[in-house]
Amino acid sequence: MTGWIEKNRSILDFTLSSLLRRKGKNLSLFAVYTLVVFMLGSAMFLTQAMKREAALILKDAPEIVVQRLLGGRYDPIPLEYSEKIRAIRGVSTAGPRLWGYYYDPVIGANYTLMVPRTDAPPPEKIIIGSGVSRSRKAGQGDIFSFRGYDGDNRNFTVAGELSPESELVSADLILMAEADFRGLFGFPAGQATDIVVSVRNPKEVLTIARKVAELLPDTRPIVRDEMVRTYDSVFDWRGGIVVVLLMMALLAFVIFAWEKASGLSADEKREIGILKAIGWETSDVIAVKAYEGLLVSFFSFSAGLLAAYGHVFFFSAFLFVPALKGWSVLYPEYRITPFIDLYQVAVLFFLTVVPYTVATIIPSWRAAIIDPDSVMRS
Amino acid sequence: MISELIRKNTGQARFSPRKSSLALILAGIGVLLVGLMFAHARFQRQADLPALGAVAAVVARLELTDLALFTEARYTRHPSQADLHSAFQDHPVALEHFPTGSIAGPPAGLRRRHDRLD
Repeated sequence: MTGWIEKNRSILDFTLSSLLRRKGKNLSLFAVYTLVVFMLGSAMFLTQAMKREAALILKDAPEIVVQRLLGGRYDPIPLEYSEKIRAIRGVSTAGPRLWGYYYDPVIGANYTLMVPRTDAPPPEKIIIGSGVSRSRKAGQGDIFSFRGYDGDNRNFTVAGELSPESELVSADLILMAEADFRGLFGFPAGQATDIVVSVRNPKEVLTIARKVAELLPDTRPIVRDEMVRTYDSVFDWRGGIVVVLLMMALLAFVIFAWEKASGLSADEKREIGILKAIGWETSDVIAVKAYEGLLVSFFSFSAGLLAAYGHVFFFSAFLFVPALKGWSVLYPEYRITPFIDLYQVAVLFFLTVVPYTVATIIPSWRAAIIDPDSVMRS
Repeated sequence: MISELIRKNTGQARFSPRKSSLALILAGIGVLLVGLMFAHARFQRQADLPALGAVAAVVARLELTDLALFTEARYTRHPSQADLHSAFQDHPVALEHFPTGSIAGPPAGLRRRHDRLD
């Protein structure tokens, strides 16, 4: 056993000396390899963490939201619909929600204006989200002026701010009183934006949703599970597309690795020829090549993995923020909770290390079966 | 002159670690750092749970349905509440023209669920 260990350590020593002799070439391979792992790892960590975080945050979202559809678009829903829904067996509560959008030409941002059903602000007062406060540099006591449906400006005083911790869901929120909301938008009395339904038995949510759709055919019930799955699909396909785009980089990297492994220089060939001439076996040369691949893969993968973790969870994925933001003016500032597991690392491993190994295994074997006589004669 | 060129035997062993030892130490540090990464993730998750709970409480109190991640358009601000049939926009299934939108659609299961309910 000691002999086997010593032999392998000697081969490892030789491999390291050989790698260090070609520093430039191997460092460039290490840099490219690390970058590929870093990019793929960052995309995977970010999308997975956002999915898990969305699921945790939305676990207490309304069980069912009922919208009214008119001409394929959602329309204000009559309040008497909530009475009809409440009459369905198994429904615990059904109440109207009032919310809408307001485009602020001052900063070019869209706000979500909302009337909370409990603890609504007093008339002419508003409570603003942290994103609004930051963008407008506004705080308690400042006045916001909104242009109403009739062209008149209405002034609202900031009575408070929503907690910055909740920015991920409330960055663009502005809470106001019901009368102010209806007055600003000309929202007809007796109508609401949608209806929120809670159900006594969570197992019956789908059944109740179906009953609502049957009872009120012009409505569309959206269950909580669908809300969470919407985010699953948003991040799945966004992450998927990033991975597809990065596949090009991965392919380029595989070609680079293949080229590096197959394009042996005259020096390298002579080195292998001399080794075999002095008694090294083909298996020893294969071991050298295997150690080379193992060392490069291990250090590049670890470095890329750690860099991706730092990028996403310490620096809030700052390289991806422009893509995530799109055209949004208001963007929440938040730190992502590190939801990572071995499965993600394994997927990353199969996406990077396995292609690299496959690309280098045949050239390595070819190098190992070089005929020493012909190499030294050439 | 010649004696200066001859290395003096001081009786002390010169420490020159083998390259393989250095590589193994570095590999060990790498494994340790990856282990620490998982440990940090675990502790950070535990530490963040109350904050996430507080956000979930805001969602419950205000009856919110979506994350305020993409505020550029109403169907990106509230993707779960977006219209179902409007062409080119307003629904995760529809094609998008905003940068936030993407190329592919959501999984087939999600579409089936919508179809059955709506």
